Order: sequence, then C-alpha cells, then structure tokens
Amino acid sequence: MIRDHFRVLIVDLSSGRGHIEEVDGRNTEAGGSGLGALLYEKYGHAEQPWNHPDQPLILAIGPLTGYFPLMSKTVCAFKSPYHDQYAESHAGGRSALALRFADLDALVVTGVARNPSCLSFGSKHLDLVDVAYMWGTDVQASGKLLRQMSGGSGHRSILRIGPAGETGSAMACINVDTYRHFGRLGSGAVMGSKNLKAIVIQGDGVFPLKETTKYSKLFSEVHKKLTATDMMMKYHSLGTASNLESLNTMQSLPWRNLKQTTDPAIEGITGQKFADDTLLRSMACSGCPVGCIHMGFVREKFRKENRYVYRQVSYDYEPIFATGSMLGVTDAFAVLNIMDVVEKVGLDVMSAGVALAWATEALEKGIISEEETLVALRFGEAKTYEEAVRHLGTGANDFYRLLSQGTLKAAGHYGGSDFACVLGQEMGGYATGEVYFAAQSLGLRHSHLDSGGYSYDQKHDDKDVDKAVDFLVSDEQGRVFLTSMVACLFARGVYTDELLADCLRAVGYHPLADNMEAVSQNIQRLRWKTRFATGFDPQGVKIPKRFTEVTTWKGPIDQVFLETLKREYGKRLVELAKEEKVASE
Amino acid sequence: MATKTKKKPSKKNLTTPRMERCIGCHSCSLACARIVHKRLSWDTAGIRILSSGGLSTGFEARTCLLCDPAPCAEACPTGAYVQRKGGGVIVKKKLCIRCGDCAEACPVDAIYLDHTDEPFVCIHCGRCVPFCPHDCLEMVKVSAEPAMVSVE
Repeated sequence: MIRDHFRVLIVDLSSGRGHIEEVDGRNTEAGGSGLGALLYEKYGHAEQPWNHPDQPLILAIGPLTGYFPLMSKTVCAFKSPYHDQYAESHAGGRSALALRFADLDALVVTGVARNPSCLSFGSKHLDLVDVAYMWGTDVQASGKLLRQMSGGSGHRSILRIGPAGETGSAMACINVDTYRHFGRLGSGAVMGSKNLKAIVIQGDGVFPLKETTKYSKLFSEVHKKLTATDMMMKYHSLGTASNLESLNTMQSLPWRNLKQTTDPAIEGITGQKFADDTLLRSMACSGCPVGCIHMGFVREKFRKENRYVYRQVSYDYEPIFATGSMLGVTDAFAVLNIMDVVEKVGLDVMSAGVALAWATEALEKGIISEEETLVALRFGEAKTYEEAVRHLGTGANDFYRLLSQGTLKAAGHYGGSDFACVLGQEMGGYATGEVYFAAQSLGLRHSHLDSGGYSYDQKHDDKDVDKAVDFLVSDEQGRVFLTSMVACLFARGVYTDELLADCLRAVGYHPLADNMEAVSQNIQRLRWKTRFATGFDPQGVKIPKRFTEVTTWKGPIDQVFLETLKREYGKRLVELAKEEKVASE
Repeated sequence: MATKTKKKPSKKNLTTPRMERCIGCHSCSLACARIVHKRLSWDTAGIRILSSGGLSTGFEARTCLLCDPAPCAEACPTGAYVQRKGGGVIVKKKLCIRCGDCAEACPVDAIYLDHTDEPFVCIHCGRCVPFCPHDCLEMVKVSAEPAMVSVE
C-alpha cells in the first residue's frame, strides 16, 4: 500500500501479543536499509548486548517492493552476535512480497518466547505457536514441518533457523524459503536467543491499484529491460558462478585459506562445470523474472544395491568459493555436498568455509590438534569438511563453539591470527586488491555488496587514496538507496536514478522521487550513526597479515597503500556519522 | 499495455503446457492482478502459482482448465458465469451476487474468492503470457487440439 508513513507490526514474544504502529519517516528514510536503521534507533538498545531480551529483530521492505520487478528483497536489521554492533543482512525469496501482501512495511520482534515458538502472521492474523518439538531439527526438516502446519502454499514465506542459530553461533543464518538466506553476521542467533525457531508470513492481502495505465506501462518497460536484453544474462545463464573462472584468471580467487589466488584446479569448479554436470533447474525470488537461483543436485548411495537419495542444493559464486577453492575442494559434487550440510545446520556458508580454511591451516601448522578439530582437516578432503561443518554448526566442543563466534576469536585463543582471513568478518571471495580489503574491513555489512570495491580493484591499478575513498563513499550512497527500495543489487544496472524516480512517481511517492539525493545521504548517515552508536571503531579493525601477502593482477599488495586507504576511509565514515540530517524539500 | 481488450472476443485459450519450466517468479499472477483486475496481489488473479510439495519439487499453476460444460457456470445462480465457447466461462461481474458457488463447484480450485467473496477466474485474455520468462504459458486456438496441462 502507498502511504506517507510506515505500517509496522511490533510483536513482543514474551507476551505473544503484537500491535500495529504507524511510524513517520517515509520521505526521509524511505524503507529497507533506511527503515531498518530508523526502527533500530526507535526500538533498539545500543548499550545493551545483542541478546538482551529487549533487542529487536527487524525485517523491512521498501516503497517499491512488489510494485516493480526485482524489488524483491528484505532487509534484516539487528544487533549482531558477531561484533555486538548494529548489522544488516539482506535476503531474497518470498519474504519481501509476503510482507507487502501482509500489508506491512516492517516487522519488529522483541522479547523472548517462553518456549521455542513459531511466529505466524498475515494481513488478518497473528499467532505465536509453541513448536518445542521442532527445536533441534535441521533447516530441511523444520521446513517440511512448517509447510505442513501452515496454509498458503506458494503465497507465504517461511523463515527458520537450524542448530547453529539455536546454539548462538555468530555465524548462524536465517534460512528464507529453503534456498535464500539472511546469511551474514549471525541473525540466526538473534532468533535463537529469542526462542524463535521460525517466522511464517502469509501474503494474503489484496490492494487496489488507483491509476493503472501509466504504472502498468512502466512496469512492462522495466520487465522488458530485465528480460529481453542481455543485461541480466550473467545472472540467469551460468549465474554468479561464472565469476570463479574470471577471478581465478585475474589472480583474485582465494584458494586454500588465501595461500594462493589462482590455481589450474579451477577446471573442476567453474560455473560452466557446475552448469554442465550439476544444474537441475533455476528458480526465482517472487517478483523477479530473472531466476538467478541455480539449483544443483547431489545424490548419495546409501546401500550397495544401488539405493540412492538425492538432494537439491542452490549454488552461487560465494558458496562455491567458500566451500570449494577456499578449502581446496575441486569437485563440483563434493562442493555441493559440503554446502548441503551447511544448509542443514543453518550456518552462513561464507563464514563457515573461511573459518574451516583457517582451522585447516592452524592444524597444518600445529597450532591446534585433532583434539580440537575432531577430524583430520586437510585441504581438498571434502568428506572431512562435511563432518567439520556439522561440528561447527552444532558447537560440538569448546573449539568449534569458539570458532563459531568468529575466526579471530578462535585465533585470539589458540594463535594464528596472522592467517585468519577476516575483513571485519570472514572474507568474501574477492582477493582483488587493496580497495576491496579496505572496503570489506570497514563496510557497514562487511560485505562485498556494501560498495563496488572489488570492481574498482579490477579496473584501477593507480594508488590514489582520495579517489578510491570518494568512490567507496559515493558508491555506497547509491547502493543504500537501492537497498531502501528494496531492490536486488543485480538490478543496479537497470534501475538508474532516473528510472527509480519514474517508478516512485508512478506509484505515488512523489516526495521521495524529488529528493533521492538528500534521502540517500540521510540513509547513509543514519546507518553509520547507528553503527557507531553500538561501538564501531574503524581504527580498531585490523587487516591480518595474510592479506598483505597476496599477489593479484596488479602485483603484490602494497601495504602502505592498504593501510592509508583503510585509515582515510575510516576517517570519512566517522565524519559521515557526525553529519546532520539533510532537510527534505 | 492496454488496460482494456479492444479486439473482438478472444478465439484463443490460455494453456500451461510447460509448467515444468516454471521458476516461481509469480510474474504471470502479478500481471493478471495488475492489468486485468487492477490490484496488487498474489491471489486476485486468474492464474495463481503454488509450490507443489515445497519448493524442492517445483511449481504448479492454478488456472481454468477450460471445462465444457463448466461446473462453475452451471453452479452460478445469476448468470454471472456463463459457458464460453471452447471451454471456460465468460464473466459478467455486474450480475455476481458473491455467493461463492462457482468456487465451490470448480474441481481444480481455479477460482479465487477474496475477503468479500468476489470470484476471480481466468478469462483467457492472454495478458499474462508475455510476462513469463520461460514460455510456460501459451495461447492456443480454440479449434486446436484439446488444451493440455503439460506436454513435457
């Protein structure tokens, strides 16, 4: 629904009751990323730890969600168990449209449920259901139970956590509709701390469209751009997995805990290899005709007389880097098998893969022993990694419990922080150079999606600090507007500022369309202000030595450039957070 | 995209011959709701996409399968739903008293009743078809072979 405020469902799990609040800020914070930060400012407790019962778990959508193609993502905002600071994570699937059709701009969940529970709501209902029997089930099993107990097949979104979230892992994800995730920075543990096993959102509302001719025409034009041109080809053909080969060629693909950035063994895990051998079909987030979700399969012979089970596993570039090249696993099916276990225990795949890569090298170096790792971790030993992922996801011993709080936490205790591949959190799969390393280290989400630092590295070999910092700050500003709409960032080439303004006007958000520059500045500042209020110190973020030992297409990493870049970028972020809100027209 | 059908009554039927290709994007349902029914919704559409047994087993379309005679038309007490040549129904919204008998009579759950009991069914206009990125949907001539749900 088009409205000049936000309609927010506030649920207190302690009482099992909720209420609707109308929150101002549509024309200044827009939605999504902006709304997440606004609601954290309103309902969050910066000074309290992440698992304080009063801390909110926030889901937010944007003004264009459901109204245009690829406006299909949801922003999850929370205080992270990883660093005990404000965090955001984004997911596709159906949750965005389900929230839209439940007639909500956001959900805020506070309190702790008495028993393990499932929160179920739609446009006409709100229930907190005791699901104590579900506690301890993996993500796949809980998904089946939840589908069975709730109606609305195809028009609902099912969010749940696995054992990792239940046991407080700072690497626990929230699984969204089986194949998408609020992956990074531990949102799954926030649900776990609230005794909240699952959230089921029914998208059962219907909304009249006032003026349809102009809007429908624009919708069709956008739809055509997204499907009839080759702009989105890379996302639906080989998918993001196509990056494996290109980054390997550019000496930018992390291999074996970043000991290498390229390896001829890439042949076994290229996007083409995955497509040729493992690809079953494609799927889409609701409201997106691109269909970038690539579904691979694995099968397992469980009896010698040819008895098999098969499973479907979604793959992308990042999961293949994390469970493939980073662990030295170079067989596509073996990679999918590791991912499958990651999915079941409900871990963030990038964090899990990078953490286990560190553990493997730590074991190699004798810093830790099999007493800690329980299994003989060795690069390339895929079956061992499946077991290790289970140990990490369930917190099998003190070592895995500490590792699941972050690789640097484990390294702080056992040693080996020099080769921990952590840039604010476990690295994304881009060993592209100094700009990316600084960008992920200090990015608000510590994600390669905060800004295009990885892309900048691939196009620039100069060492102009000011230019690079200007790029990171301005690119982030553009991206936060998109993630406030909330667009999938794959569509960033299609949704130009001009087109976004047209879309906003077509559905009636004229003030937003007229003030995009000021609004995006406001959102960028508010997010940083919120992050700093929860204790962020850019100068306290260290870049481990391993990153300075990397050689990319530009040559060896320039340590002085890297440190200067990080320092100057950090200063700019401090300034950003202090700037006053820009008045909207 | 025109909001009204200006051509003479369609001689074609909507069929769903390639649903195995469906990726669950809902573009068809959203298009029908938007263009035909002037609504934003997953439900108020002549074609609705459901997951069949969870996402891992694919998707199915709930849409009119062109019964002739159509049980919904036979059940309608006011003539709001009348038999369409070639199968399915012609809808005369003004005559509808929102009794819901049509939805109850439909053997394949192709008619959606909103909270006011207004029924929504496929009118075989084909305006959803161009929005399907995988050509799951197809308009076929009434005189052609009987419509098939799946040929793949």
